[in-house]
Amino acid sequence: MSAANPTSENLDDILAGPDIVKAPAAAPKRRTPYFETESGKRLAEGTVTLFRNAIPPLLGIVLFVTLWALVANSGKSIPGPAETWSAAVELFSDPFYDNGPNDQGIGWNILNSLYRVGLGFGAAATVGIPLGFMIGRFDFLNRMLSPIISILRPVSPLAWLPIGLLVLQKAEPASIWVIFISSIWPMVLNTAAGVQRIPQDYMNVARVLNLSEFKVFTRILFPAVLPYVLTGVRLSIGVAWLVIVAAEMLTGGVGIGFWVWDEWNNLNVAHIIIAIFVVGIVGLLLEQGLMLLAKRFSYD
Amino acid sequence: MQSYVQIENASMVFNTKKGRFTALTGIDLHVDQGEFIALIGHSGCGKSTLLNLVAGLLDATEGVLLLANKEIKGPGPERGVVFQNHSLLPWLTAFDNVHLAVEKVFGASESKTQLKARTRAALELVGLTHAANKLPGEISGGMKQRVGIARALAMEPKVLLMDEPFGALDALTRAHLQDELMKIVAATKSTVIMVTHDVDEAVLLSDRIVMMTNGPAATIGEILTVDLPRPRDRLQLAHDPQYHHLRSQVLEFLYSRQMRPKEAA
Repeated sequence: MSAANPTSENLDDILAGPDIVKAPAAAPKRRTPYFETESGKRLAEGTVTLFRNAIPPLLGIVLFVTLWALVANSGKSIPGPAETWSAAVELFSDPFYDNGPNDQGIGWNILNSLYRVGLGFGAAATVGIPLGFMIGRFDFLNRMLSPIISILRPVSPLAWLPIGLLVLQKAEPASIWVIFISSIWPMVLNTAAGVQRIPQDYMNVARVLNLSEFKVFTRILFPAVLPYVLTGVRLSIGVAWLVIVAAEMLTGGVGIGFWVWDEWNNLNVAHIIIAIFVVGIVGLLLEQGLMLLAKRFSYD
Repeated sequence: MQSYVQIENASMVFNTKKGRFTALTGIDLHVDQGEFIALIGHSGCGKSTLLNLVAGLLDATEGVLLLANKEIKGPGPERGVVFQNHSLLPWLTAFDNVHLAVEKVFGASESKTQLKARTRAALELVGLTHAANKLPGEISGGMKQRVGIARALAMEPKVLLMDEPFGALDALTRAHLQDELMKIVAATKSTVIMVTHDVDEAVLLSDRIVMMTNGPAATIGEILTVDLPRPRDRLQLAHDPQYHHLRSQVLEFLYSRQMRPKEAA
């Protein structure tokens, strides 16, 4: 508040003469209301943003749960949200029990699935990323392999399962093989695209400086392609997690996919719904984790 | 007398999808050591192509290019290039961008401390000591271009090649960098070949202006000697009749004799 800003209240005072101009400053201090102070304003703003960001997703969830409850109420076959929730609480109160190979806690099932995804996906990354670099760097290799990749890529992941069972003889490696073959393509293709899209300027810098192949790789190729690689990795891990449920349904063993099938045989529909949520949430976490990693390595 | 950079009857033909395209033909140019040459011409006249020939990024279809009596074959650090769009590696700091070049050229013969000192000296030369640890994304366009110049100068090249180095900058920053470049070139006695489309820049900076005819099959139309005394001051030059005379000669060449043909415009 300044006396230089004439308002209807102090206009008369200002006009009256210079000695009275100082009057507003000397007037008894009105206590500033909390929401006009700096910290108060910040709190108010923060609350508004919080609500603005939180309300749409919350509304979406409420709508979803309501629809679910309506559908569950109309027929008897699907358990409602409340019933599922209590089943989930019971299930997650003891996630790591072990009553033999066919009856283990939900935690063990999730960890087993993650282990298979980790192995298959890890193998796919170890093969796929270097292969992508080579395809991107050598045009001959690109033209040699692209017809094969184009044919193999759209094949449904489960079509690979019989081949895996035939060659590997066992269910466990066969399901890892399915993860491998279905999650390798996004990494190969994205890495190759990244290498091909390196700006010519960077390569000119390398040529003018006469950098060695090793320096070109560590200082230019690798950092330039890393964001593309991470995009491939993200897509791949999504595919791997997508495929594991189906693969385990067919091969059995301990794992979230087989658990779903087991609960279907037990006609425990609440557990199947829980499994759907678990698969979704674990997939989301995997993806978000990799997003964080990608952000850490982006240089823009 | 032997010239430092010698270009003898060079021509450049590109094989494009539409057939052979002759960009340059019959280029003869001799540059002395310590000389500042500006290449000027309408866009598409092949001035960047000529610079890339000297840089070794392109191989001449015909003719010979020599630097200090050695044939130019492929790019090399003895010809420092300042690219039009700075071409800094975005994941390296200003210091590391310069250091990459220093390490390559002097890494075999000097200690790590000496290499770092060279890098710091190069950044100091362009007045960027304070921004050494910033990434290219964190500094302004003018500063990026200065890092590019520092990178080229740090290699102590025999000849400095600049491809419209200030083309993407605003007028004030450009003037500032031109002044700095004049000081640096005077201090280091560098041999410079610079591509530009700015008549004032060419007259202000160079000893000779190489004016090129329009492409295709462009060649050197005329060479103008700029005999203004150094050091030059842009404010004084503004009132110098000799400066205006030179400037109008370039303009006359570009807009009266080499006006872009209508169908190409």
